[in-house]
Amino acid sequence: MKKNMNTQNRQLPEEVRINYGPKKKFITVCAGTGCRASGSLKVKETLEAEVKKQGMNIEVLATGCFGFCEKGPLVVIHPDKYFYQQVKVEDVPEIVSKTVIKGEVISRLLYRHPDTKKTLFREEDLPFYKKQLRVVFGQNGMIDPTRIEDYFAIDGYQALAKVLSEMTPEDVISEVKKAGLRGRGGGGFPTAIKWEGVRKAHGEPKYVIANGDEGDPGAYMDRSLMEGNPHSVIEGMIIGAYAVGAHEGYIYVRNEYPLAVTHLSLAIETARENGLLGENILGTDFSFDIRINKGAGAFVCGESSALFASIEGRAGEPRAKYVHAVERGLWDKPTALNNVETWANVPLIINKGADWYASIGTEGSKGTKIFSLVGKIRNTGLIEVPMGTTLYEIIYDMGGGIPNDRKFKAVQTGGPSGGCIPERLLDLPVDFDRLTEVGSMMGSGGMIVMDESSCMVDVAKYFTTFLQEESCGKCVPCREGVRRMREILEDICTGKGKEGDVELLEKIATGVADGSLCALGGSAPNPVLSTIRYFREEYDAHIREHRCPAGVCKALVTYSIDPEKCTGCGLCVKVCPTQATSGEKKKPHKIDNEKCTRCGACIESCKFDAITVK
Amino acid sequence: MVNLIIDGKNVKADKNMMVLEAARSAGIDIPTLCVHESVSRSGACRLCVVEIKKGSRTRIVTSCLYPVEEGLVVDTKTERVQNVRRLVLELLLARCPESDVLWKMAKEMGVEPQTRFAVDTDKGKCILCRSCVRVCEEIVGVSAIGLFNRGSHKTVGTPFMEKSDVCIGCGACVYVCPTGHIEMTSAGDKRKIWGRTFKMQACEKCGKYFAPIDQLKYISKKTGTPLKEMMICTNCR
Repeated sequence: MKKNMNTQNRQLPEEVRINYGPKKKFITVCAGTGCRASGSLKVKETLEAEVKKQGMNIEVLATGCFGFCEKGPLVVIHPDKYFYQQVKVEDVPEIVSKTVIKGEVISRLLYRHPDTKKTLFREEDLPFYKKQLRVVFGQNGMIDPTRIEDYFAIDGYQALAKVLSEMTPEDVISEVKKAGLRGRGGGGFPTAIKWEGVRKAHGEPKYVIANGDEGDPGAYMDRSLMEGNPHSVIEGMIIGAYAVGAHEGYIYVRNEYPLAVTHLSLAIETARENGLLGENILGTDFSFDIRINKGAGAFVCGESSALFASIEGRAGEPRAKYVHAVERGLWDKPTALNNVETWANVPLIINKGADWYASIGTEGSKGTKIFSLVGKIRNTGLIEVPMGTTLYEIIYDMGGGIPNDRKFKAVQTGGPSGGCIPERLLDLPVDFDRLTEVGSMMGSGGMIVMDESSCMVDVAKYFTTFLQEESCGKCVPCREGVRRMREILEDICTGKGKEGDVELLEKIATGVADGSLCALGGSAPNPVLSTIRYFREEYDAHIREHRCPAGVCKALVTYSIDPEKCTGCGLCVKVCPTQATSGEKKKPHKIDNEKCTRCGACIESCKFDAITVK
Repeated sequence: MVNLIIDGKNVKADKNMMVLEAARSAGIDIPTLCVHESVSRSGACRLCVVEIKKGSRTRIVTSCLYPVEEGLVVDTKTERVQNVRRLVLELLLARCPESDVLWKMAKEMGVEPQTRFAVDTDKGKCILCRSCVRVCEEIVGVSAIGLFNRGSHKTVGTPFMEKSDVCIGCGACVYVCPTGHIEMTSAGDKRKIWGRTFKMQACEKCGKYFAPIDQLKYISKKTGTPLKEMMICTNCR
């Protein structure tokens, strides 16, 4: 169906329109990396075979990520949109015979509200989804990302057609400006200003690049967009290229995202076949093409100048950016580098208009943001919410709160170089500026929730260790300073902390933030500074009393058995790898702290909560 | 020419200058370690940081890489600037305790070593300024040495730390090294550097060993000068 769209004919192809009518019966199976890991592809294959066995002609779509990764594999039966969770291969015959054929619901597979215990039928009924506004990410679950037709069916490439037929590049930039789109990669720089800079900059050729080097531990929103709706990223890039006057583009994606690479490659290929990439796009005289550049997995390559170096074939090290990338970026040419999610927002702005877009969000931060919600939280997954949603809503309403009756302690936003935000700030509306004000940042949208069982010094140590390992090593403050901070944190966690360490950490942190060459070093002190700011008492307990209040730092805790609670069942004796637990059957047991390695195996095995950590 | 203000002084500078040159031309001293006239600048050591003011915004930048601008206000001695420089020196002293260059600089700047840092014993005097790597690539053109690993594991050396077959033994890396980390030893007709021993050429006039034969061959090949015309040392030429 080559060139089935052109700027004059913006109608959807007939075959696409009939495919997804409101009465159409079809099944969608989440095939994001998360659900794949819990066996969704097998479920999909079995569903297909079963449907065929029953002699029906019903399509089973392997779609992009639905977001509710906690409950995967996820299956939705259309047109009733019954939302089945944790589906196993064994459930398939029943799904087909009852739900697909007779339209009956299988309540066992429905999501049960954790408080009311009521079963909920559809996605939109679930508390996880209820408060979300999934304008960028929501289409993931409706389409097979390997088929361009599916993207056409959800108005795909309509924005591009509109841009090429009705808008000048300046119009596009002013529309994006009016929408108030800011960079989703962490910096929050106004996208239109960047584009304007590239458009006006001297030097040819110009480039547009999608930054898909998502490297924050626990963050995967860009991955799921690239995997689940690759054309939305590509369409955004084509529009951006038209706006800035570029004819070449790159998608920089980490090689550890094989599915994203496959889907993006396929999407680029089919976009070319349909006249949406390459020479004379949609019959106009605008030409543009995209290449994929696979990154080798260095966290620092998400930094713009390191990313350019990596595409240029050099080591991924940042360079001083006193001349901006909009003037001298990739190969010293004007470059518009935007994050994957930023690009995916662009078609939406064109399709629905800047006013609509700007009506979502807060004063300074417009639109929605996708967050990955991980850590000590009930509903792990990806959520998309309007800017300005409070942390409380995200963690409790959508995230379902903290599991195992534990108390919330902090949420780390903005990835490893973000900050830890304490409970008293949970009413904070999440947007670029407010997060910065409290010493954290938006980052690319990772959120790691911690409960009372997390030691904040240990958390600071973890992230500082990550950053030390991911520092490129070029400049002294980041290479040596972050390492020294890590060493001091390690000392504090092992009882070797000294009076004055906290002040020294603050001093190093300030110097590293001020003196580092790039944003990695510039923000590397955030975990240390924010935990000192909000959890200073934990540092003091470690240093002065050699005590880890959360019971995490192994060198500072001792395990003991509460004789009142212990029934002498002997389970802890069985699981202890160092024979530190002992005791006679049916009599309270004991732990030998000389032998104990604080591995926690006994705690996990004890059914009577008899083991205490102090 | 552009006009800028450095430490309250009006300074005129060529529009292609960096702030570092503009400051030095006005007699304002800014310490540096990784700047060398022969190689491109990396901004790695961060000693030359200054604070610039544009409108209401102040920013710490490296003066070696920041181009002068009309009306730019630069402060080279603010508290923030001094803190970064002090930290850099403390960190480098802990990394390279044997470097007399660093000790001298620390003394001049009144910086004491930070005793809380455990002193490194495996880094020699290398501060990873990368001047050696740049001279080998940009001036010599052989790229015999490079940077390896990441973060605090970063080191300079030949590929896989094996004997390099492209090194010509010229010693340019030794010449640009600000701390004297790179070892080059010469004895008789032998020169040793980066684990390889080079045979030296004796000057046909004075008889002194003056350059590795590999280096002369390399220059001959690059410039087209016949090798036999290069057998005389620069003093006797």
